[in-house]
Amino acid sequence: MLTWRRLHVKASAVHGLLTSRLVTEQHTWVHGHLPLCQSLSTGTPVRNDFFKDLEAQFAAARQKAADAMPGSSWSPIEINPNLPPERADIVIVGGGVVGWSIAYWLKQKERVRGALKVVVLEKDPTYAQASTVLSAGGIRQQFSLPENIHLSLASADFMRNINDYLGVLDEEPIDLQFNHSGYLFLASEDVAHIMEENYSTQRDAGAKVSLLSPTQLKEKFPWINTDGVVLASYGLENEGWFDPWTLLNAFRRKAMSMGVVQCCGEVTDFKYSVNRAMTTEGKSLDIRRIKSVKVQMPNSLEYQPVECAIVVNAAGAFSSKLAQILRVGSGAKNTFEGISLPVEPRKRFVYVFHCPDGPGLDTPFLVDYSGVYFRREGLGGNYITGASPEEEKEPDPGNLEVDHEFFMEKIWPNLAHRIPAFEKLKVRVETLSSSLVVFNLSGAADLKTKV
Amino acid sequence: MLLRWRSQQGQRRVQKKNAYYSYTQHFHGADIAAAFYVLSLKGGFRYVGQSDWFHTDKRGQFNWNFLNHKDTPLEEVDMSCSLISYSGLENLVGQQSLRTLSLQGCPEVDDWFLARLHVFQDSLEELDISHCPRITTGGLAALRNLKGLRRLDMSSLPGLSNPGLVIILLEEMLPQCQIIASGYDLSLSQEGIEERNEQHEQGHESDKSEKQAIY
Repeated sequence: MLTWRRLHVKASAVHGLLTSRLVTEQHTWVHGHLPLCQSLSTGTPVRNDFFKDLEAQFAAARQKAADAMPGSSWSPIEINPNLPPERADIVIVGGGVVGWSIAYWLKQKERVRGALKVVVLEKDPTYAQASTVLSAGGIRQQFSLPENIHLSLASADFMRNINDYLGVLDEEPIDLQFNHSGYLFLASEDVAHIMEENYSTQRDAGAKVSLLSPTQLKEKFPWINTDGVVLASYGLENEGWFDPWTLLNAFRRKAMSMGVVQCCGEVTDFKYSVNRAMTTEGKSLDIRRIKSVKVQMPNSLEYQPVECAIVVNAAGAFSSKLAQILRVGSGAKNTFEGISLPVEPRKRFVYVFHCPDGPGLDTPFLVDYSGVYFRREGLGGNYITGASPEEEKEPDPGNLEVDHEFFMEKIWPNLAHRIPAFEKLKVRVETLSSSLVVFNLSGAADLKTKV
Repeated sequence: MLLRWRSQQGQRRVQKKNAYYSYTQHFHGADIAAAFYVLSLKGGFRYVGQSDWFHTDKRGQFNWNFLNHKDTPLEEVDMSCSLISYSGLENLVGQQSLRTLSLQGCPEVDDWFLARLHVFQDSLEELDISHCPRITTGGLAALRNLKGLRRLDMSSLPGLSNPGLVIILLEEMLPQCQIIASGYDLSLSQEGIEERNEQHEQGHESDKSEKQAIY
């Protein structure tokens, strides 16, 4: 090393001497008696280039020698640095808020620091089709199942203390922009008794909800048309909406600070080992265990097989597709292997519109009994609305194109009937979005029918 | 790790101060417990029907005579610059005759605290939340339940991004309430806007240079 450096010094000294001599010779030869010391020749001398190249060549040769020594990070095989690691303990497929939340809690609960190697795979880092970022971002306790109410209360507690859980040292504190405006559910005569039952369940579970009669409703929110409304259920605390993108980034930042590896790729295949066992009735049973998943890099033919112990399916709307890849449900009809994942992607539309005379700061997240909902967005008179379509007329979840006719025919009439100020509104076409929502066929179907 | 311990120590101190005074409640009743809680957080209060206040001075000393008034609810509570937080409100939840609450300059009062104030929706008439750094627009929307509110002081809230618009919307939301909001630069002059933009840019540049220094 030292010999190289000394050579470099000598070369630069020699180079310096030569150039200075050249310049002085030029001066006396060309402009002997001229008072100006400016060279008027346009051609550059060839000898200058040679020495500059020599310096660069010496530097390149030094770099090559350093790389050849052991301890340098050069290798003749070019490796893509974005590939997931070859081995991981837990692979979480899906980088939405659920996937990152699982990664955070896994790392939070590991007993020894660094004991678990967790990898989160997300196939689209722009989150263009992810349900998390396209959702309305609301949280409520007004459910019919007590388990859901408890889960929601725990989530509200988590969000209240989010900086204690997800705060990273030396980074900005998390601001979820939580609007504590509550949810307001309206019930007509035929569903009023369901609402009363739900109210007692919610109160027992600890949710702060109040029931309002039509007169009380009109007094509280004079902009509502109470035609057909028999009962209303209003959340007083821990309900409202927030920014889901901030929550996702908070989870991601904290999980990555705890050592979770983030990779961009899609799971296309997997390898498994089979154990054959005998049941008590004498039939043979194949028990399959995943050994590795094949992760395909985006827009390329490269892939990396990741050996893992556990694969967590947090792919949201695409979880049934992943389950099919992992051959869940490919067994015989009446066996455990024959049960496929009961999750279907469903398309939902969210429309943003502007109304200058609309309701003000205390607008709750209003859900009408016709299925239409809306909430305030920001302070400039913008509102977000949507509705669940009927069972028979589900839109095709293949693409994410927005259907304007749905707004004109299904949403606007109901909205204008409920809130007369919304008869004059202007849809902001540039901010329309449609998202795929995870719809549980067996479990959460109750939620949809039971208010 | 040491820095994390230090920040956790601060949080633990706040939590300890705001613990639920169940022991006091069990022995002396809910009102005395609430009074004791207010005094131990260096606040002051006034009982219903009494005209004199019970305060804690700077050294933490207070008059123990408040124990004489058993089962008298609190009417006015002054918790300015104290460490009251959401969990501490548990001690005050039963006070159905609370008319005045002053939370000026409390560092731990945030939007969730305001949302919990709905327990006082029938009785609360005056609320002072000026100079609280953690309150934002979403929390002010939670004041919609306080229909009995007559006077609201929301001066100099640093967390508000559009104070002028928020004040107008609050006035619409609470028509019978007098809203006092001083300490905001509500001028629409071009100079004011340019100055604020410059301050924003300087703030951004200093943030960026700090981030570059860390990396």
